[in-house]
Amino acid sequence: MSLRQCAIYGKGGIGKSTTTQNLVAALSEAGKKVMIVGCDPKADSTRLMLHSKAQTTVMHLAAEAGSVEDLELEDVMSVGYGDVKCVESGGPEPGVGCAGRGVITAINFLEEEGAYDEDLDFVFYDVLGDVVCGGFAMPIRENKAQEIYIVVSGEMMAMYAANNIAKGIVKYASSGGVRLAGLICNSRNTAREDELIDELARQLGTQMIHFVPRDNEVQRAEIRRMTVIEYNPKAKQADEYRTLAKKVIENQKFVIPTPVSMDALEEVMMSFGLLEEDDESIVGQTAAEVGA
Amino acid sequence: MTSMTREETEALIQEVLEVYPEKSAKDRAKHLTANDPAVEQSKKCITSNRKSLPGVMTIRGCAYAGSKGVVWGPIKDMIHVSHGPVGCGQYSRAGRRNYYVGMTGVNTFGTMNFTSDFQEKDIVFGGDKKLDKLVDEIEQLFPLNKGVTVQSECPIGLIGDDIEAVSKKKTKEKQKPVVPVRCEGFRGVSQSLGHHIANDAVRDWVLHNRDNDNRFESTPYDVTIIGDYNIGGDAWASRTLLEEMGLRVIAQWSGDGTLAEMENTPKAKLNLLHCYRSMNYISRHMEEKYGIPWMEYNFFGPTKIEESLRAIAARFDDKIKEGAERVIAKYKPLMEATIAKYRPRLEGKKVMLYVGGLRPRHIIGAYEDLGMEVVGTGYEFAHNDDYDRTIKEMGDSTLIYDDVTGYEFEEFVKKIKPDLIGSGIKEKYIFQKMGIPFRQMHSWDYSGPYHGYDGFAIFARDMDMTLNNPCWGKLQAPWKKTESESVTKAA
Repeated sequence: MSLRQCAIYGKGGIGKSTTTQNLVAALSEAGKKVMIVGCDPKADSTRLMLHSKAQTTVMHLAAEAGSVEDLELEDVMSVGYGDVKCVESGGPEPGVGCAGRGVITAINFLEEEGAYDEDLDFVFYDVLGDVVCGGFAMPIRENKAQEIYIVVSGEMMAMYAANNIAKGIVKYASSGGVRLAGLICNSRNTAREDELIDELARQLGTQMIHFVPRDNEVQRAEIRRMTVIEYNPKAKQADEYRTLAKKVIENQKFVIPTPVSMDALEEVMMSFGLLEEDDESIVGQTAAEVGA
Repeated sequence: MTSMTREETEALIQEVLEVYPEKSAKDRAKHLTANDPAVEQSKKCITSNRKSLPGVMTIRGCAYAGSKGVVWGPIKDMIHVSHGPVGCGQYSRAGRRNYYVGMTGVNTFGTMNFTSDFQEKDIVFGGDKKLDKLVDEIEQLFPLNKGVTVQSECPIGLIGDDIEAVSKKKTKEKQKPVVPVRCEGFRGVSQSLGHHIANDAVRDWVLHNRDNDNRFESTPYDVTIIGDYNIGGDAWASRTLLEEMGLRVIAQWSGDGTLAEMENTPKAKLNLLHCYRSMNYISRHMEEKYGIPWMEYNFFGPTKIEESLRAIAARFDDKIKEGAERVIAKYKPLMEATIAKYRPRLEGKKVMLYVGGLRPRHIIGAYEDLGMEVVGTGYEFAHNDDYDRTIKEMGDSTLIYDDVTGYEFEEFVKKIKPDLIGSGIKEKYIFQKMGIPFRQMHSWDYSGPYHGYDGFAIFARDMDMTLNNPCWGKLQAPWKKTESESVTKAA
């Protein structure tokens, strides 16, 4: 099987890193060779694989050594649970420098150093929540990730974000081979969440590849800096991730998404009672005015 | 006197515009005009200070060039750090010929290149710490520096480094000004915004430093020279005239200038503004804040010098007025001798100019003193107030071009066939290879000064030397000469 490169996007705090690592753990359990590339200055995309707080990142090592040319692949790559290869791009503290450039530099380094070796089956890019500049689109540009999974929940803002990310994919899909591979619903236990995300997926021209229910087992594992697969392989939640992994392996549905207009998106939300019809008569009224 | 009629000039503009796509032609048409000295405001006939078209060969520079290269760079006792990757500072180092007196590397630093030499890690993690350290190193290695300016290159603005915070901190630590200048190259449409930004930085970080310091002993005759960059010694040639007429020049901006002179400028009685474009901002500010009047002057060629000396003297008492007449009389024999020598060799020759801040209008008088005619002129980065001043200086129906493109300039030259072109290094070899005498009018072609009476003598010699150089008759290979002799003779 040839190397499949996948990128995980989604609203900040939606559970991308947790979902990615559990999915990757399940993939490795299924005998796949996987690498995770964290594309977030926080560098928390590999902690559950490595049982560490934060992996030493490419950019920090490069800064110490002088430049990225002074680094070797072994310096930046750690091997975690299930022989999963782990790399973090790293970047500056909030408020200084250019994190986007850090992602670009780190990914170019990995390519040049041959990190994507032939016996790998999957590479997962775990990308910062908000695609704020070109640097964070690096994983979906030419010759990088071909499959995008968007982590989403039934919350309004998460769906907005998913739609926006789909717009970004359209831009790069026309110039390269990147495709939307599906929505992963990371449940927040909102009402009719599965139907809602199914409908959103349909509108975007894709699929809800799996509905991951909410389970405190995930938090218990995370406190121990472990994936559920490793912490409690018998847990029901571990099976959910195994199912997700199986669906990802078998996935054939790669599409150029059809992002919807703001109005259309709000209509979907309204039909599920997530948003109320605009009442133009109250727009701009303060509480005092309403009371009067 | 003009060799082209209005119809001919307008037809030439139309002909040149024809090759452009429709949208570009429409845009460029606004920047080209046949001069009409009767027009009061240039905005009726020409558009300027707009973004250049993508794809054309524009001759403009960037905001960093305007600040580091023009306004700040010549302040000789401060260290100007090109903050960012190494290229901007290194490839512009010492290129502008701002002469100065001092021991380079000890108490003056004009021709040196100081840079923070950004690497990838500085982009990703920010360069503020590096800047902090760099200022310390400067202090250690060059203790006689009077201050530091931080000239931002493009990446500084892109990654949002807080150079103001670093500058404040280091100013306090060093007890010397550390001045942040946000002159990132991508800002604005040309170097012009860089001048403005640099002026603002002077206003905010330097000008008021000695407001409450009364140790400076003023005289009623204190003036400053603003906007003379001392290229080839221009400011010196101007300064001597002012001093000879009895004025005291207390500051030169910024050619051969010092931080102390800048700080003392608010104590002047009159600011004399040479380059209006690059330093009108600070002159206006001083007028508003300190009530110091300012006036423009022109020291190119005896006619304009005389006019300017009298106009300056008119702002002072009889002693100065007499002084001005004395100076004019003193140099009259030199000027007459110069004109007697060179005018017969240059009479009737046509010149096309394309330069920067003030020269496209200021030099016209000097050429006219030599019997030459400027038939086309234009600015790289002028605003409309510059063209307001230009249309009066140029003959009727002469060609005026704003932000001219490489293509347009070449076509105009082919059609107008001037005897001499005055422009920059990028244009020089193209026109020389076309067989047209050329002078660099940014750097004075490594000659100068051209300002003042002394400068005019050099200017006249240089124009003659270039125009009447025997090389122009020898451009054709001897074995080709018979068939194209007529062409050779024309040159």
